[in-house]
Amino acid sequence: MLMKIENLKTHYRITDGIVKAVDGVSISIKEDEVFGLAGESGCGKSTLIRTIMRLVPDTAKVNADQLQYRGEDLLPLSDKEYRDRILWKEISLVPQSAMNSLNPVYRVGNQLAEAIQTHEPLNKAETRERTHQLFKGVGLQPELTRNYPHEFSGGMRQRAMIAMSLALDPGLIIMDEPTTGLDVLVQERILRELRAIREKSKASIFLITHDISVIAEMSDRIGIMYAGRIMEQADSMELFNDTYHPYTLGLKNAFPSIQALDRELISIPGSPPNLSKDIPGCVFAFRCPFAIRECSYERPPDLEIKPNHFVHCIRTDKVDEFRERAGEKKTWQSSK
Amino acid sequence: MKLRRAKEFLITQFKIIMGNRFGFVGASIIVFFCVVGLLAPIIAPHQPWDTLRDSNGKLAIMRPPSMEFLLGTTALGRDLLTQMLYATRTTVLIGLVSGLISMVIGANIGLLSGYYGGKMDEILMRFTDIIYGMPFLPFLIVLIALFGRSLWFVIIAICCIVWRTSARVIRAQTLAIKQRQFIMAAKARGCTNFRIIYGHIMPNILPLLLLYTAFNIAWSVLAEAGASFLGFGDPDNLSWGGMLYNLWISGKIRTAWWWFAPPAICIVLLVSALVFVSRAYEEVANPRLKQR
Repeated sequence: MLMKIENLKTHYRITDGIVKAVDGVSISIKEDEVFGLAGESGCGKSTLIRTIMRLVPDTAKVNADQLQYRGEDLLPLSDKEYRDRILWKEISLVPQSAMNSLNPVYRVGNQLAEAIQTHEPLNKAETRERTHQLFKGVGLQPELTRNYPHEFSGGMRQRAMIAMSLALDPGLIIMDEPTTGLDVLVQERILRELRAIREKSKASIFLITHDISVIAEMSDRIGIMYAGRIMEQADSMELFNDTYHPYTLGLKNAFPSIQALDRELISIPGSPPNLSKDIPGCVFAFRCPFAIRECSYERPPDLEIKPNHFVHCIRTDKVDEFRERAGEKKTWQSSK
Repeated sequence: MKLRRAKEFLITQFKIIMGNRFGFVGASIIVFFCVVGLLAPIIAPHQPWDTLRDSNGKLAIMRPPSMEFLLGTTALGRDLLTQMLYATRTTVLIGLVSGLISMVIGANIGLLSGYYGGKMDEILMRFTDIIYGMPFLPFLIVLIALFGRSLWFVIIAICCIVWRTSARVIRAQTLAIKQRQFIMAAKARGCTNFRIIYGHIMPNILPLLLLYTAFNIAWSVLAEAGASFLGFGDPDNLSWGGMLYNLWISGKIRTAWWWFAPPAICIVLLVSALVFVSRAYEEVANPRLKQR
């Protein structure tokens, strides 16, 4: 097991209460695997990775039963230990909107060099050699290291950020929305790049996006996140072919599929709940067409329906009926 | 590498200033005053405190400009050209030193309070507010009453006051820059706070920093002139304001135009020159000005 997260909670203190941005997330990422995490905007995906990377502000309270990387507990580490041993050497990040993640006043190569030299005592020539190698690795010409970020296109900047994340040969690369804001052609090229990287390096990728088609294409295993919790988690074929959770069923309806082009897209009405409110039951119950009264009584357990297939729902026994009705538009419209 | 970067930096600054008509004029005036100040002891025809006699052996008191005394003489028979040269030296020195020191203070306070926020911000900015409430001259009078009239106390007093505006402006800019995505990315790759503040935020606010350096120097020159004119300057190091003070106490301010004009004109020239240079930087910091 590369990374094991159990019951992770990140709560932000605000003036009038607590925002439960991440509220009891349990996932595990294996060696040499792509774990895709999908969810709508504001569901806590970014907070989750910021918690792992220790980028949350001081107002956040982080709590977990387990947060392990290769068997080592990360939570007790001091910030300095974390920075010296884990950060970038073991876990690296391709930040959200890589377009703006390069400092405009420095050459791109110097920023890669900074990432390397912060963690490894290499001299100038070795560092330059390494940055050139990294640039070649993601399909950029080595001479481009001498350019400034504004001279790069969006796709090139994204590649540069990916090169930077590979700099120290980490075990886990976290990618926050790596294809958002790029046009489909560039998206495709970036995804191809990621696949090439997977073949070359042993790193696992933790892929976070709101684009289910990217996740479906790239991931070995998928988690569906909603309002700070994981709704359903399974291997990717299993998740799409044997869906249990009503939210996942709803998401599948909302995305176009190549096999059924004429199918009408159905969106899930309503919007995610206010995370600063205390919700005793299932966070999806307000929007769920199959919710019964018991759903809002207490928090559903993460049921292991089949080996390695977890569902955050109490009504899994009725799944056949759900699957049947989920395809009809009126099912979703009738829910408040 | 370091040297090349410094050279690149200087060339860029040179281009910014010279690429602008105002900047060019301002820079020329400043360079002129700096050179004059440096060379003062060499090119001065007399000593600033010598009482002179003309070629006929008479005391040269209150002489208007002539071939013998190019800028005339004072009520005590001292050569005004010599005094001007030495005064330029003092004024430029005080202006540069206190302008730069107050920039260093202001920039650091602004960067730290903007970057860390929270308690740090609260403490530093309330401190700045207190300094804002402090009037310059009374502060200087107290300082001089305690320690005596000296060049360095004038500089210290100016430094204590002038940094306040730059601190606020730089804090505001830091707040804007620290929200940018690339700062988060730098943090993610393990940059220390020190590195982020001075390696990532500061270079991004450099035009603003230089703009306010020019402002601070201009303000320091003015403050020094004001203080010296009121008699709080260093009596051993004559400055432009100090010359005006001597004129004032001699009671000849209405008649001795040749005594009055050179220091007054030079103060105006140097301060406007600094404002011209800062304007060249302002166009970099705020490109909209260029379109006009």
